[in-house]
Amino acid sequence: MSIKKIHKEQPETFEFNKKSMEAANKIVSNYPDGRQQSAVMALLYIAQRQHDNWIPLKAMKYIAKFLDMPYIKVYEVATFYSMYNLSPVGKYFFQVCTTTPCMLRGAYDLVKVCKKKISKKENELSEDGKISWMEVECLGACVNAPMMQVNEDYYEDLNDKKLEEIIDTIYQNKIPKPGSYTGRINAEPVDNRKTLLGNKNA
Amino acid sequence: MLKDKDRIFQNLYNDSGADLGSAKLRNDWSGTKDILEKGREWIINEVKASELRGRGGAGFPTGLKWSFAPKEVGSRPHYLVINADESEPGTCKDRDILRFEPHKLIEGCLIASYAVNAHKCYIYIRGEYFNEGQKLQTAIDEAYKNNLIGKNALNSGWDLDIYIHYGAGAYICGEETALLESLEGKKGQPRLKPPFPALIGLYGCPTIINNVETVAAVPSILRRGAKWFSSLGRPKNTGTKIYCISGNVNNPCNVEEEMGIPLKELIETHAGGVVGGWDNLKAVIPGGSSMPMLPKEICDNIKMDFDACVENKTGLGTAGIVVINNDQDIIKCMARIARFYKHESCGQCTPCREGSGWMWRMLERMAAGEATPDEVDMLFDVTKQIEGHTICAFGEGSSWPVQGLIRHFKDEILERNKFDPVVKKQKNIPYLVDQHLLEKENA
Repeated sequence: MSIKKIHKEQPETFEFNKKSMEAANKIVSNYPDGRQQSAVMALLYIAQRQHDNWIPLKAMKYIAKFLDMPYIKVYEVATFYSMYNLSPVGKYFFQVCTTTPCMLRGAYDLVKVCKKKISKKENELSEDGKISWMEVECLGACVNAPMMQVNEDYYEDLNDKKLEEIIDTIYQNKIPKPGSYTGRINAEPVDNRKTLLGNKNA
Repeated sequence: MLKDKDRIFQNLYNDSGADLGSAKLRNDWSGTKDILEKGREWIINEVKASELRGRGGAGFPTGLKWSFAPKEVGSRPHYLVINADESEPGTCKDRDILRFEPHKLIEGCLIASYAVNAHKCYIYIRGEYFNEGQKLQTAIDEAYKNNLIGKNALNSGWDLDIYIHYGAGAYICGEETALLESLEGKKGQPRLKPPFPALIGLYGCPTIINNVETVAAVPSILRRGAKWFSSLGRPKNTGTKIYCISGNVNNPCNVEEEMGIPLKELIETHAGGVVGGWDNLKAVIPGGSSMPMLPKEICDNIKMDFDACVENKTGLGTAGIVVINNDQDIIKCMARIARFYKHESCGQCTPCREGSGWMWRMLERMAAGEATPDEVDMLFDVTKQIEGHTICAFGEGSSWPVQGLIRHFKDEILERNKFDPVVKKQKNIPYLVDQHLLEKENA
């Protein structure tokens, strides 16, 4: 269900740019001497951000050299965890949570909208190549269900109409505001708050 | 209902900001140095006396866990690891602590690391919580700047460094040994226990692993006294807990309440009741998706704490309450949970890797009414073959919800699945029988 298929067209080379290099060195310094392998997950993530949201094989080789560990170990990690994309995804990568708590509140309506407005199948680019979408497992915001993640931001308390608006906004090259779409504050009960009222009114 | 002054997480809804200034107004970091000066023994004994149990799902007594760490630091350094890999469907409490109460967590890290002799603390946050992690990092930077952590923290003579490590979307990394593997830069596949992490953990060194909520509650307990904490709830199930109420309720929310609050009161008071009224309730999953569900008859009376849940053949888990009402197809709901477990199995042990897929496919067929009646018992048997035959508790986690479904809603499954397996009537179904036997009489 995740994008674990290695992309056919791979770039010739990969190297960290200056910004990535600084970030990578900082992360390696977080771990004890000789334990630099711990940084592999963070480095893969840095590579993914630098390389249009997906990781080419060359980047894995580069990271293996960078951390002085076998290439296959990096490959193992990159294929095990679901947040690493091994094939290109859209610039705006929609991840719609459809696990039971979201499903109970209508997550599959969101999937329908994605099919209609983005692409018929998961992991396919939209017509203008900007957006792709996929179903994912629980994203840990069940109280704000149904919800989805676009790149790093959570969009919560959605319904099909609101999702259509969000997609339209993105097609117009604007980034919609993340957070709850019913106007509620974080995870408080709407119109029914009975606790910590002293803090709210303070 | 719990009084507001007894709530630990005063900023659960972010009314006043998560920065250090606002946190200090909420009493964070007050008298932390005095607490440290009372010594390790006192801290551990006080946590033991408060009867605080781990809030990550298993409910292991925290004070006892801390006392497992070797008393003296030998040749290997000690580590403290905070488990913020919150991925259990139905649970979203740690997210709000990371976002809105980061200083409670950092203060808890300082006290806990002092108690277990650790100079380094890693906070493992699930990769999807990127923004939450950034907020925590801001708070950590603030704490470094004010000498609350770092070299000679609070002038107490104790050094502590806190680092954030992001996961990358694997549910299994919430299991403590898988988390350690992941922290070491490997695939998140659980290790065999023993040896337990308290003796051989991260990089082979003694490691104590605690959930975010547990550690964040510790400073308040030590400040207000173990007596205060243990006066809430009932013995062995003391204190307060953040409940996440999601699913078919009118106002889904996170709320901190006393342990042992009746489930009905919790849902009616804070979550605005079940959609369609209490009588429209079908079932409740009380502790995140891995705990067996409870039908309405039990929900009427059950109290939400560790022991009361165990008495009803379920568990409090992470207290992620998923409410399912009569408008939903209960078999379909469980099939979706089974799909979650199939997706998240790490693939190390065969019963779990294969069995989670079997359970998903069988439940999908049962939801569609395409199964035979005796397959229900077969499914139950499959769950029993998985449970207890795996390295980690994922086997239990994936089979218990299915067992809960069969235990309470077997009639409903049977009613839908009347597909007759009798061979002679169904000759055209090749996979049900060896075809060559059909030709022979009395076969």
